[in-house]
Amino acid sequence: MTDHVSDGLVEPSQRTWAPPRLIPNARLRWFIALAIGLYLAAAFGTLDINWERVAEGWPRAQRFFSGFVPPDFLSRQGAILDGLLESLWMTAAATALGVLLSIPIAIGGARNASPLPIYMACRAVMALSRTFHEVLIAIFFVKLFGFGPFAGMATLTLATVGFYAKLLAEDIEAIDRSQAEAIRSTGASWLQWLDYAIRPQVRPRAIGLAVYRLDINFRESAIIGIVGAGGIGATLNTAFDRYEFDTAAAILLIIIVIVMAAEYASGAIRRRVQ
Amino acid sequence: MPLSTDETGPQWRRRTAREDVLSWFGWATGLAVVGGCFFLISEKTIWEFVWSAPREAADLGARMVPPDWSYSSQLWRPLWDTFNIATLGTGLALVISVPVAFCAARNTTPSTAIARPLALFVIASSRSINSLIWALLLVVIVGPGVFAGVLAIALRSIGFCGKLLYEAIEEIDVPPVEAVTATGASSGQVLTYGVVPQVMTAFAGISVFRWDINIRESTILGLVGAGGIGLQLSASINNLDWSRVAVILLAILGTVIVSEWLSAKVRGALS
Repeated sequence: MTDHVSDGLVEPSQRTWAPPRLIPNARLRWFIALAIGLYLAAAFGTLDINWERVAEGWPRAQRFFSGFVPPDFLSRQGAILDGLLESLWMTAAATALGVLLSIPIAIGGARNASPLPIYMACRAVMALSRTFHEVLIAIFFVKLFGFGPFAGMATLTLATVGFYAKLLAEDIEAIDRSQAEAIRSTGASWLQWLDYAIRPQVRPRAIGLAVYRLDINFRESAIIGIVGAGGIGATLNTAFDRYEFDTAAAILLIIIVIVMAAEYASGAIRRRVQ
Repeated sequence: MPLSTDETGPQWRRRTAREDVLSWFGWATGLAVVGGCFFLISEKTIWEFVWSAPREAADLGARMVPPDWSYSSQLWRPLWDTFNIATLGTGLALVISVPVAFCAARNTTPSTAIARPLALFVIASSRSINSLIWALLLVVIVGPGVFAGVLAIALRSIGFCGKLLYEAIEEIDVPPVEAVTATGASSGQVLTYGVVPQVMTAFAGISVFRWDINIRESTILGLVGAGGIGLQLSASINNLDWSRVAVILLAILGTVIVSEWLSAKVRGALS
């Protein structure tokens, strides 16, 4: 508490009180405020915005949003269904494959389960697969594997490894050590130790994370199609390119509904398992 | 722990017979679904292209090395734009998400009948559309450039920040709020003296966390024309100028690493 006047000589009515600050150091606080001010000045000074074009946007926005009433689910029905199914296959296959690949990497990346060289190697794999945005990886996989859902699946698998292996490794490191020691003291081999000491302890979290990642992978599958990696994103991009806003609106609505349903379902499943 | 008895005495087993059957059934179903998905994907795949991937990769690698270092001097401006898209987008999102979060939190909302569902709807719809899709949409509406990028990042981040912030508000300690209320403070004073100090740390943490994510996202917005270094990237890829692509990827890598380090540092200082 910063009592500005703390000697008892002042009349209580003249005492002031201020709530504690987030950054207690006044000098640092002023420095950060000044830096933010300077930055904003620099940013707005160099921001290259074509306000005339922005002003023209209003009728376009109206046209776009009028596409939502009513959205056109039917005239590109086939393409939408195709893209949607592709997204779902990609999501399921990539999550399964990614989790499968993640498990050995996670065990290797847990300090209490692996020697230092393996730990370093596995941590490097995790860091590398997390650095670049999924879309950038998708660009390269499309280049390597050709257009279509295979490139998408490969992208999502890699992204899953970066996410799942890291969180699972942290979970393995956070287990209750006494149980692990008890199993070890029975003379269990390393594999038996993994099966009876680690597996039961991380299982609920592992399932929860897999379900969570399934949900994320569907969201991502909706965008990597924009660079050619299959799925509903490709259909959406085509609709935008053709200025078919009513179809684009329909696709967006479908994505929103599925994402919300997936989020709700994954939340419910995670609450039950954990 | 289920036990079964045979001639050598009681045997410990992990599961009951029923659990065994259920578990096998679950695995079989899962395997069938995933196998089916692989099959359907492979139907749509031209396998010759997949098998030629190692050759392609080697070819691509050869074209990327050595990177065209002279190009890096032209990248400062796009990098500054990228940084601005992420930072201004996060700032704009925070300004909007604070009132939304206060409306969405059960303990601070002005009305549970109107404001709360409305705020939750804003949060949910913002969260379920990726910033790249927002960008696709905004490029059509406001035209290509940085402005579309800033708005795309902001629109996506409102939901993220709003959700985390309203959850933080719902988890605050009640006694301080009651104490402030008991002094006869107005509802505005209760908010500023009872609630805000308690969620300030969470707020700062959330903003830095989202900023870090947004740096990563803003590197790709240029692919659909929304400004930033993605513009240069897509131009270089379209020109098959792989030695430039290599420089751009390195620049992105550097930016992402620095922002991640900075965000981890700030969050470490906050907690």
